[in-house]
Order: sequence, then structure tokens, then C-alpha cells
Amino acid sequence: MATHCPYCALQCGTLLGREHGAVTVRPSAFPVNSGRLCQKGWTAPSVLSAPDRLRAPRVRDGDGRPRPAGWDEALDLVAERLRAVRAEHGADAVAVFGGGGLTNEKAYLLGKFARLALGTSQIDYNGRFCMSSAAAAANAAFGVDRGLPFPVTDLGAAEVILLAGANPAETMPPLMRHLDHADLVVVDPRRTRTAERAALHLQPAPGTDLALALGLLHIAVAEGHLDKEYVAERTTGFDAVWSRAAAWWPERAERVTGVPAAEQYEAVRALARARRAYVLTGRGVEQHSKGTDTAAAFVNLALALGLPGRRGSGYGTLTGQGNGQGGREHGQKTDQLPGYRSITDPEARARVAKVWGVDPGSLPGPGRSAYELLDALGTEGGPRALLVFGSNPVVSAPRAAHVTERLAALDLLVVADFVPSETAAMADVVLPVAQWAEEEGTMTSLEGRVLRRRALLPPPAGVRTDLEVLHGLAVRLGEPGHRYPTDPRAVFDELRAASAGGRADYSGITYDRLEAGEALHWPCPRTSGAPHPGTPRLFLDRFAHPDGRARFAAVDHREPAEPVTADRPLYATTGRVLAQYQSGAQTRRVPELNEAAGEVFVQVHPDTAERFGLEEGQLALVSSARGGTVARVRLDGTLRTDTVFLPFHFPGRGRANLLTRPALDPVSRMPEFKVCAVRVEPWAEPS
Amino acid sequence: MSGVLVVGYGPAAHRLVERLRHHGHHGPVTVLGAEPACHRPLLTSVLAGELPPEAAVPPPPPGDTRVLLGVRAVRVDRRARAVHTDDGSVHPYDTLVLATGARPDVPRLPGVPGEGVRTVRSPADVTGLADGPRSGPGGGPGGGPGGGPGAGPVAVLGGGVLGVETAFALRRAGREVTLVHPGPHPMDHLLDARAGALLAARLAEYGVRLCPGRRAVEYAPGKLTLTDGRMVGADTLLLCTGVVPDTRLARQAGLPVRRGVVVDDRLRTGDPRIHAIGDCAEHAGQVPGLLSCAWEQAETLARLLAGQRVRHRPARTVVRLRAPGTDLAVLGPPGAPGDESVTLSDPSRGRYAALTLDGDRITGGVLIGLPRAIAAVSRLHDRDLPVPAGRLALLLGSAAPGPGRVELPDDTVLCFCNNVTRAALAAAWRAGARDLPALAAATRATTGCGTCADDVRRLCETLPAAAR
Repeated sequence: MATHCPYCALQCGTLLGREHGAVTVRPSAFPVNSGRLCQKGWTAPSVLSAPDRLRAPRVRDGDGRPRPAGWDEALDLVAERLRAVRAEHGADAVAVFGGGGLTNEKAYLLGKFARLALGTSQIDYNGRFCMSSAAAAANAAFGVDRGLPFPVTDLGAAEVILLAGANPAETMPPLMRHLDHADLVVVDPRRTRTAERAALHLQPAPGTDLALALGLLHIAVAEGHLDKEYVAERTTGFDAVWSRAAAWWPERAERVTGVPAAEQYEAVRALARARRAYVLTGRGVEQHSKGTDTAAAFVNLALALGLPGRRGSGYGTLTGQGNGQGGREHGQKTDQLPGYRSITDPEARARVAKVWGVDPGSLPGPGRSAYELLDALGTEGGPRALLVFGSNPVVSAPRAAHVTERLAALDLLVVADFVPSETAAMADVVLPVAQWAEEEGTMTSLEGRVLRRRALLPPPAGVRTDLEVLHGLAVRLGEPGHRYPTDPRAVFDELRAASAGGRADYSGITYDRLEAGEALHWPCPRTSGAPHPGTPRLFLDRFAHPDGRARFAAVDHREPAEPVTADRPLYATTGRVLAQYQSGAQTRRVPELNEAAGEVFVQVHPDTAERFGLEEGQLALVSSARGGTVARVRLDGTLRTDTVFLPFHFPGRGRANLLTRPALDPVSRMPEFKVCAVRVEPWAEPS
Repeated sequence: MSGVLVVGYGPAAHRLVERLRHHGHHGPVTVLGAEPACHRPLLTSVLAGELPPEAAVPPPPPGDTRVLLGVRAVRVDRRARAVHTDDGSVHPYDTLVLATGARPDVPRLPGVPGEGVRTVRSPADVTGLADGPRSGPGGGPGGGPGGGPGAGPVAVLGGGVLGVETAFALRRAGREVTLVHPGPHPMDHLLDARAGALLAARLAEYGVRLCPGRRAVEYAPGKLTLTDGRMVGADTLLLCTGVVPDTRLARQAGLPVRRGVVVDDRLRTGDPRIHAIGDCAEHAGQVPGLLSCAWEQAETLARLLAGQRVRHRPARTVVRLRAPGTDLAVLGPPGAPGDESVTLSDPSRGRYAALTLDGDRITGGVLIGLPRAIAAVSRLHDRDLPVPAGRLALLLGSAAPGPGRVELPDDTVLCFCNNVTRAALAAAWRAGARDLPALAAATRATTGCGTCADDVRRLCETLPAAAR
């Protein structure tokens, strides 16, 4: 049975089967992966039968111990306590935290549930920690945000690709076959597996990518590579951008970033010489308190070279989570309504309210962004109850120890998950839900293509789908049941209607068309005549702003939120390893993956290790102003001597996010995951 | 409230008014600028025709800053707290900032100043020396052969940093260039003989004619006469003979002046209401004359005037030549103290480095022809970080060698995407998987990103021999 891998936004095509009662998987000929799969994908079936899989609701009794409960008991309890919180503290005292791994149907219904059944403005999701900076930059520049505004396969014909802060060789390996033919220019403080394959690796100090992008733009202009005709005809705002980039001559950018001027020249010349070139960004440059501006600076570079909206060239961002694209379009983001509409736009409110059969005035406005929401939990004026779907903020949120405290301060924490994640372990009520191979739905991949996720087998006894959970809760909260269909196809049809006319228009996409194998990229509006073919390539004729032009953004560099000091003399940067996914809730339950990468490590340059008395294989305490992480030392001579690296997938005292600082981007509200000041010292277990 | 009055509109003043608002200073700010601001490091790009003159203009100051251009401050009345200008107007102040910069040190020479003689201080000075911008925003021709000084030969007087950058830029613009310099080699105040010889060779390679060890004695349009009697063809003479701090206003006001206007750690002159920053200011006996220092002082003063408690601590200095393709940096002051020196000399490849270290920290150095090392070393120097143990690798800009691909131990992971070791592949081979597809099916090797296919194929070829 054809479906897609449950992990990243590449959504590799897979074929599921059953052999001797066990689920088998193999890669399909789906063009994105065409027969390839990484170890996470190959081992995905074992999450279905994880030994500690949740199979019955759990509620915490008066004594604080969780015990199994029936569904009616659990849902009644949740509804009753939500009502009580709302009666005492108001609707905004109940909050919802969603995830970028949820199907389109779930993301849509969760947003509707929050606004109608709960009447709360307090809903946001973990995609805020993932795609929000690139999304904000792309919306501002192009008038719409679709991670890749072209099919993944277009990359295969590129001559040069600049990858800024992206490490697909490790995070989405099957993508690499599309990058094999191009000369790669990789921007990364670490010599990653992707950087190892680059024709040119620019290795800036953490937190200085924006200065580098400005320096590259400066060179593009001074060396005569500005595509003047394109800039004049298809863009606005270049002069203001130049007035900032003018001050970033390459020698200055070199001193700030540590990237040799000669290599900056080389990078720009390679991009400018290529007939087909792409600029792609990833979390490395986006997860900063200036992530939006940094993504915008790389968009500026692409625009100056005339790449976006030209067949065979372009700008894109590599979406992270499985449904990171669809997850940001259907209304689980606090400032948005379905169709990628703004919740403050009166026309959008009226339109969606009509589909929902409610008065536009009854829809709440925007609430807190993800970190601000978590930070406010259990505080005066903050939410007192939280429902979590498809997320594990105990591990994945910045300043994780503080977030854990806030979660503990709630009157009610409800977590819907299929495994006992670290966040579920804290919950008052845990609701066991179905996972990928047990449910129907759609996902929207990094190229804006809508894909069918199919159920091979029914959920285990005692497990319900998220849609059933939302229905059950909504009815108990007094909502009419028909507003919360449990059939994914019915939810999708409603989503289509709600998105019609929006920036992400799904109205012309149907389950039937997807079943027939059509490759449909949004926007795909409903038509009266021949069906709309979808839009694999955006911007070929015009950008999505009313004037049809792309907008340069006048951005300038600023220092990271936290400078290094004598006491904390090193930068820590966080990221991923191949064998684990996000907070690890799924992948840490797969023995083969743990064998490949089962514990947290801190990557250190040998000179840095010597300076601080660290040895390969030893445990070390990495500490920032927020807290300390215990990790095993791994020496790496290719790392910068001023930087250490930790993957963030691991729990407990190995959480890299115990270190990270929630300095937020002023526009996207993205936390500064990628740089904070730390010290590292040998650590011995207290005896 | 009279607010902050800034005299001068060079880089220090421009940065100051921008950062004042950034740091939340709300009071009125007025700038008296004889000339519009410009990014001086870009002048050589304008000279080379790479950027049009308007591209060197920084963004306008924050909207509520009053900038009065074309007025020259002539007198400070400290008692009345007011500045008089050459147009007869009077500008009161609560805080006065002298950012009067430096003036070209024009040599005493017949024909100078005169027709065909220019300095390199403003966009107007350098316009028309190239045939016209090849590119750049705006893009209109910047001067051109008609209105400009034609395409004739140019002599650059003075082989300091600016003179060298100017000579390179003129060559990029296709001009015939002679560089006249009294020292034994260009930049001799910063470079030792070996570095100087490499720079001279580089200039010569670019087609710059060098006249070291000589001074000019006379200029007439078309020719420059040197001390040894030699005549150099020069339709244009560019003076890169250094600058002197412009302290006239401070002297007139009776403020302490040595080489520059003397300031303390709060960038105050002898009068606590009057500050001085940039090229006109002398702090701790130093008048660095570097843009980065002027910007730093502007930043510190902006914080101070916005009410922060900071003190000026000059950062370490790096002189970095702006000449694409020629990488040269000088760290710290010449003759810095140290307990270790590291030298790399590779003249046939145009590479040379001499670093002075003190307890693993860089105190000074010269690097030429080593672009990666310049980037890495200047950051270590800026931040006072210890240099890596591998000194040579640092200077050559190469990272530590990775593991080789020969004689791999059995537990080496060949397929990273699926965590398949050499041993696992060998076991699959022994179990009958004798080619790449069979090995892939048995172990999943090569099915991720596919990069290891060559390694697996090679292993497949060597396994039969190993099995015998």
C-alpha cells in the first residue's frame, strides 16, 4: 500500500506490506526519493509496535499516580475541568499547543476546535520553532510562503546551489540525489556531512550569517552581477537594501563572520556564473532572534541575482517537520486562519466564519506565540489548562527546564500522543491516539505538494484518532457534533472550502484526484470547467503581492542575543543527527536508531578540549545562564575552536534545550536555538 | 533643550547619530556637515568603476536628526555653549561632539595643489577616473571620458594602505599607474622586508609601475618629476600622502590637543560638555585613523549619551587591505611583544606570515597571500583566543585531516544513512550478496543519500581477495 514516511518534510514515498503479522516498508518510485530511504524511514514500522505504546487513556488521581481509564471517563474529566477553568478564568485560560507533524485535517480541526469549542485565542504550535522565520521572510518578499516554490526534482538540473544553514545529508538524505549534480556552496559553522560534499564550504561563526549574506550581496553588486533588468521589472526596494549592504564590503564581513573574503567572492561568482542556481535556507540561519532578517538577506541575494520566479532557478527553504508546510497553513498558528489567512483580516474572518457557520465577531483574535504561550502557563493572567497534540515541548522548547516548570504549574495538562513522551509523562490526562500507518489524511510536503497518507491497519484497541478525540471533546463542551467530523475526507472537504480564495488555496484538490495519482501543488483553486492542474512552480509570471513584484527587505546585521564572556567563553549551537528525529519521542523507541545514535554528545575541537580539560568519551557538563546539560565529549578537528555542538533529540539532563535562550525574533517569534554562550567542563557523577 | 550638536559628517558622525536613536536617545540631534557622508572604504570601488559614486552614500540618518550640509563650523563659544558657522549662523548645544576627522596631508610641492591633482577623500575626488561604472545600483555612467580626466596615466603619491588600494583600483579600471613612495617598499611602516617584497611583486604583477625610495619634486599637468630626476607620465596625480587630524576647532576653543583632540575613557575633551570621536580624537596617546576605531568610538559615545555606563576600551586593530584577489592583513601594532614567533615564508607562491604570540595569544602579525588564515587569525586576535596547537594548519588554512579511506577498520560505518558498517557488508557478501543491488537489499547500504555507492562497490571488489 502506497503511503509516505512518517518523519520529515521530504515525505518519501513508501510501500507498506505485512509479513508474518509485521509491517514491512520499502521505498517507492515517488520522484522525491525514487527508491531511496534513510534509516529512520526503513525502521519506521517499529514505532507502530513500540513496547510502551499508549493503548488506553491515563488519568492522574488525587495521589498523583497515573492510572488507566476508559475513554468516556477521560474525556468527561477533561471537558469538565476545561469548563471549570474557563468559568473561573475565562476562555483564554485554556490553551492549545499543536505540531507540524499533524495531518492537514488534524491541524485544521484543531484550529477550529480552539476558536469555536474553546473560544480561546491561545493556540500555537511547535512549527513556530521551525519554519516561522523563513515563512515570515518569504511572505514579506513574495507575498506567499511555500517552502520550495518549485518541485524538488527541479534541483537536479541546477549548476550551483547555495545551502545556508541546511544539512540535508544528515536531516533528509534522499534529497541529496537531487543535489548531486550541482556544485554546492554550504554555509555552516560546522563541517557537516553536507559541507563535506560542498565545492565550497563557508564556515561563519554562529550568529553571523546575516553579515555574511550582506557581504555576498555587496560583492554581487560590486562585481557587476546584479540582474538590473530583473530588479527593475520584477522587484521593489533594492535601493534601501543597497544602502545597508553598501557598508558590508567583504573585508568587513570577513572580520565579523570569519569567512575569508576570497571565499565570499568565490561563492558569489559561482552563483552568478551558473545558468541555473538556487539559494536554499535551513534552520541553521533561521533559528535565531534575527532569523527573519537573515532569511530575508538570503532572499535579497537571490533576488539581486534574478533567481526567484525564473524557471530552473530560485529561492527556497527546506521545511523540517513532516507536515511543516501544511501545518502552517490551516489555522493552528495563533495569528492565522485556514488558507494561510491572517486572523486580523476582517475579510478572512468573515469568510472562515461563514464556512464554520458562526458570527465573525465570535472568533478570537491572535494570542501568544509558542514560547510566550509556554512561558505564560500557570502564571497570573496566563493559561491554566493546556491541550498538547503532536508535540513534546519538554524536550523541544528553548530554556527547557523553565518550560517544564511552567507545565508543572498548570491546573490541567492534557497530552494526546501515541507514546509516553516526556511531556505526556507530566500530563494529568493522556489520550492515546493513532499514528501514521493507522490513519487516513493528507500531508503537504516541502514542495507544496499535497500527499495522501493511508492506513494499512486499524489503530490498536483502545486507541482513537485525533479527529475522534476532538469530536468527543467538542461535543462534551456543548458543540454540535457535525462541526467536528471524524472522517478525514469530510474534514478535508471542509478545509478546501475554508481555504478557497486564500493564499494556500486547496479548494480544487480532492481525495479522488489524489487517489488517481495526480501531482497537485497548491494553490489549486476549484474551477467550474476543467480542473485546475495545481501550481508546481510559483512566481513564473508574477509574485503574489498586489503589484506582482517581489520586495527586497532592508535588513542589517546585529550581534547574537548572548555574547560570549570570560565565564562562558564558547558558543553552543544545536542541531540534529541522522538517526533521531526532533524530540526523539518516536525514534528513541527504535533499537537500530539508538544503536546508531543513542545518547547526547557534545562535539568539541581537540584544542578546545585540551583548553578545558576534556577527553574523548568523557562526560562533560555544558552550562549556560539557563542551566546545564550533561553530554559525552566527541572530539572533532573540523569544528571551529570557539564553538561546540549538541544534538537536541535527547531527554532528561541530556536536553540541549536546557541551554538555549528564548530570545525571540521580533517578527516571527522564533527563539534563538542556534547560538548561546556556554562553558564546558569535565563532569563526574556525584557519589 | 538644545540637545546634541555634532560637527562633521564623516563615518564617526554618521554612525553616532544612527546609534544614538538605536540606543534610545530622544533629545534633538543636529549635524553640521561640510560635506555629505560617504563610506570611505568604497571610494576605491568607485575609482575602479565598480560602483557609481551614489552607491558609496550611507543611508540617511534617523528622520528626526537635523543634518545641515555645506556649513563649516568656525568657532566654538564654550561659555555660551554655541558653535558659529561660516554662514554666520549660531548653533547652541548641551553636548557638543567634535567629529571633524582628518585632512589630507598635502605635500609642499610645486604644482600642488593645482590642475590634475586630487586627493581620495570623497566620491567627487574619485569620479571620472574610470571609464564608467561597469555595474552597480542606479547604474548611470559616473563621469566618463568626456568630462573626466581622460584615460591618461595616473601617478599615485604615497604607498601607504590607501595608496596601494588606489593603485590596485586604478589597474582594475584599466589605467596606467605609477606608485611613488619614499620608503623601500609599499606600506613599509607596517610590513617587514619580506612581506613588502611580496606586496611589491603583487603590484608589479597587476601592472603597477613602482618607484620606491623616491619623492616627488614637482608636478605639472602630464608629468611628475621625482627626486632622482626621473619623469613619470601623469595626467592625474592622486595624493595618498596621509592625513592629519583636523583639530583647528578644538585648538580655537582652547581644548587640550596633542596630535589629536585629547579625550578620556568617556570620550570627553578637556570640557566635559564636549566630546571628540573618530580621526580627530586622541585616546590614550593613539590616533588610529581606522574606520573600525571611529565606529567603535561612535558606538561607545552613543551609549554614553543615551545614559549607559560604558567606557571606551579600544579593540584590537586589524589593517586589512581592500584589493580583491590580494589578501593582506596586519594585526596589532608593529613590534608587539611576545614569547613566540611563527613564520611561514613561501615566496614562490606569494605567501608569507609572521605572527607574534604571547602565551598562545596573538599580539601582532603580518599575513599575505593566505586568505583563510587571515580570516581565522584575525578573529582569534580580535577575541584574544588561544591559537590552535596546529600552527601550520592554521596558517595554511587547512582543517585537521579526516580519516583516510584506506585500510578501514571493520567497525567503520560506510553507509551513514543506514548505519551499515564494513563488517556488516562483508557478512552480507559472505552470505551470498555478491553485487551492489544484492548488498543494498541485504543491508540497506546505498539506499539513503547514495554517496557511499562507490565505496561499497570498491569493497565488493576487494572482498573476494580478502576471502581467499
